[in-house]
Amino acid sequence: MQMDQRYMKDSGKLLGQLVDRISYLTDIKADPGWKGLGELMGRVEAMRQSIYELDEASIFEEIDKIEDRLSFLEHLAAEGLTPAEIVNIARSLQRFTMSDVLENVYDSFAELGGDGECNVDPAVVVARATISRCVKNKTYSHQVMVIGHEKGRGEEYRNGGCARPWGNAKALRYMKVAETEGIPIHFFIFTPGSFPVEDYPGAAQQIARNLYAMARLRVPMVSFISEGGSGGAEAIGLTDLRLMGSRGYYSVISPEGAAAIEGKIREGEKLPSGLVAHCAKQLKLTAEDNLRLGTIDRIVGEPPLGARRDDYAFFRRLRYELIRATDEIVLKTKSFRAFRAYALKMQSAEKEGVPEDFDLVINWDLTETEIERLLELRSRKYRAMGNGFYLEERRPSLLGLGKAKELASQSYYEIRYGLLRSHQRNVMKVIEEVSSEGSVLLSKVTRPVKAAYEFVFPQPERLPRGERSETPERRSIFAEEWEQYVSPLANEDRTVSCPNAAKYSCLDLWVPDLYGEFCGVCPSCGHHFPLEYRWYLEHLFDKGSVEEFNSNIVSINSLGFEGIQARLERDTKKTGRHSSMITFDARIKGIRLVVAMLFSDFRNGTVGAAEGEKFVRACDRARITRRPFLSYVHTTGGIRIHEGTLGVIQMPKCTMAVREYIESGGLYIVVYDNNSYAGPVASFLGCSPYQFAIRSTRIGFAGPRVIRETTGEDVPPDYHSAKNALKRGHIQGIWDRREFRKNLHEALMTMGGANLYYK
Amino acid sequence: MTDINLNDLLRGYRSNPFEERDFMTPHSGVITFLVKEGQVVNGPGGKWSHKPGTALYMLERERNIRKVTATCGGEVAKIMYELEGGFVEAGVRVLSVRHKLAKDEIIDRILTQVLYIFCAPERARYFLAPEIASKLEKQPQASLFVRPGDEVIIMSLMKRDTIINYDGASGVIYKTYFEPGNLVEQEAPLLGICPPNKLPYVQKVIHRINNEWED
Repeated sequence: MQMDQRYMKDSGKLLGQLVDRISYLTDIKADPGWKGLGELMGRVEAMRQSIYELDEASIFEEIDKIEDRLSFLEHLAAEGLTPAEIVNIARSLQRFTMSDVLENVYDSFAELGGDGECNVDPAVVVARATISRCVKNKTYSHQVMVIGHEKGRGEEYRNGGCARPWGNAKALRYMKVAETEGIPIHFFIFTPGSFPVEDYPGAAQQIARNLYAMARLRVPMVSFISEGGSGGAEAIGLTDLRLMGSRGYYSVISPEGAAAIEGKIREGEKLPSGLVAHCAKQLKLTAEDNLRLGTIDRIVGEPPLGARRDDYAFFRRLRYELIRATDEIVLKTKSFRAFRAYALKMQSAEKEGVPEDFDLVINWDLTETEIERLLELRSRKYRAMGNGFYLEERRPSLLGLGKAKELASQSYYEIRYGLLRSHQRNVMKVIEEVSSEGSVLLSKVTRPVKAAYEFVFPQPERLPRGERSETPERRSIFAEEWEQYVSPLANEDRTVSCPNAAKYSCLDLWVPDLYGEFCGVCPSCGHHFPLEYRWYLEHLFDKGSVEEFNSNIVSINSLGFEGIQARLERDTKKTGRHSSMITFDARIKGIRLVVAMLFSDFRNGTVGAAEGEKFVRACDRARITRRPFLSYVHTTGGIRIHEGTLGVIQMPKCTMAVREYIESGGLYIVVYDNNSYAGPVASFLGCSPYQFAIRSTRIGFAGPRVIRETTGEDVPPDYHSAKNALKRGHIQGIWDRREFRKNLHEALMTMGGANLYYK
Repeated sequence: MTDINLNDLLRGYRSNPFEERDFMTPHSGVITFLVKEGQVVNGPGGKWSHKPGTALYMLERERNIRKVTATCGGEVAKIMYELEGGFVEAGVRVLSVRHKLAKDEIIDRILTQVLYIFCAPERARYFLAPEIASKLEKQPQASLFVRPGDEVIIMSLMKRDTIINYDGASGVIYKTYFEPGNLVEQEAPLLGICPPNKLPYVQKVIHRINNEWED
């Protein structure tokens, strides 16, 4: 009987399926000769060539043999999948894509903002869709917005799922539509990374905008990760619940990129496959690793070798998981008891596989209170990410004192700026309104009240106009010269040539002059030579006003990346610091502010769990003390690849803190210097409404080499220059280093003004 | 502008498509050669000529070591080895490179003989007159007619801008030889002017070189 059914099938189709299976396995192993795969393929191809010359019985006999062998090999491959092979699965052309999800998971959908090639960015697909559940044989539909990357099935115009900046802008536009309509959003991440072009709105800046908006988007959001490539994934990844396919990968950098960095491989040279596999393992990019690190919430089970386009059982599971995830988010905003009961019920149902029916219908609409709770839970979730993956050195004697001090200062600033300031403002407003009526009579009445008010809330004494710009430390020229910090770079008796000498005929510069009097600036063309971070600490802020905090947070080798421990120790020894971020309180011409500074000497200013935590705490300190917050980026090389996704999640984590700070009324200013690239610019730096750059700075998403390798096109040498960043609207101004202090003070006064210490 | 025998000219270039270019020291210093005679060196590369050429020699002055790179590709023909390790003044010839002329260079050279060349009167920075610059910006291929006495160039020298009037034969600006704002040596070509009736001839010259010359 079985034979009869098989005979009825088309043997050509069976052979086609075998070819697909063999080529899929070849893709995964990245080796056509693995366990005789090539020979198997040869046999199948030979049969296809001579299909009409062979009799059916011998064809099926041979097919059976090949199938048995192939099943055995598939089983063997699935047993010992390495991280590099998982990456190959996620990249395979036979893997399911966004359009498969739309067709098989959702009941109906309508694509928005484009169709196929005729699209703003075909790599990003947005659709309004309905997803339904069965409860007691009755079907209930939910409206959702679906946003995801479409890798295409070899379609060139899809760009392999690499979203261009305007593609991410499209995603943001429809996120806001969903927010207006109050419907949940399902995100599907199928991207090897964002397309690194700086054209407006700019790869980094647009990702930062997306993250900033998603931090407080007032609808439930679920994301599913199949291929999560760093910043590109984060652009649509800051969600309430993160699912990940068991054969997907989520990583800070592609294993090839990591191998090129680790192995110091020159551009154009072939990467050793062993090194790529080694890096894939070190990066901890699999679903299990990410679940253990807490960067995702749940794994959606796939078949052992990953789900493919026709894996309908997987789509059924995915649909169930998406509904369950959205239910959970909604229920969590209602009450924990309801959520726990629901989760328990789902767990027991899951033991028997994906249930056909749901036990209850949950309305995905949220009330105002529930939305507030949703945002609070989202904030808590991201703030907790990466905790435990840095070392916090305890100082026993100060432990209790520190907490008491924190509480006391919180209460003080609450009273001073929260209660008294608002009260003061209200009183002032009434007085001003009444006074502005211009009545002499009224003015006579209000004057005593105003006098009484000023007695209770005395105004700070203002210096006479001529003396205002003179700060105390400027009184003695001798003292200033005597005490001035001079860069150690100036301690060399030699000259250097300006890089623009050929263009602007700049004269050679004597080093003690250049790094002393000239502040590292070429007097002919204005080129800024790099200066060490300490120079800024000494010259930018009021003398003696810098008070560092959270210096006890230490960067560690959280993933056990080979060789990184020694490098961390070397940098600690060299700099005397434990992370690439310094957070401190400081003053500029009397204005108190909180500063977070990324500096180059420690791991090239890269951001990991410790740096992210320090940034968040600095942001919170600025919020509590109601001070302006400055991010000065001496240099940042991006997210620290050796911390894997623990580094990547610093992007949403820090952006969340920034958003909350700005929303509560704070003034956030970012100043870039030297080189500022990648993750930090694409998140907590790029989301600032006020971004400035020091001259000769380079700002961007990816460096020229990555751009060349990704886009296949070279970029002009000044592609990342501050001037071009200004032209593209990424920054708001370029400052001269010699006028940094003055400009920063002016910016604080202009942008902050009366609201400098909070609105 | 004169009519030329194009065949003879091309034959001449074909028989010897090389030019020996001398490299002078840009400033004084102690010299150390980094190449050998007979070595092939590369000129600046990349789409924007942003990748420097092969380093030819080092000049050290006040402990500032500066590598001087090749501004054109070719074979190092002659090196003044006697200068090695010694102090040299600025403007001293230290080596020469035998450079094979490329198609564009041949065209440029022939055009300088075919067109009327308006040269730089001084070593200065030059800009196109605003009217001409704006027209060329809008339509780079536009035929701009100039007559003697027209204001065509602004010379920026010693912080003073001087308007330079055109004094050659009337014609169309066929080629601009300088980048606005860059330093141009005295007597270096600024503009190539072609009388309108000679335009077809010039185009024929270029067409022929493009077809016949192989790099």
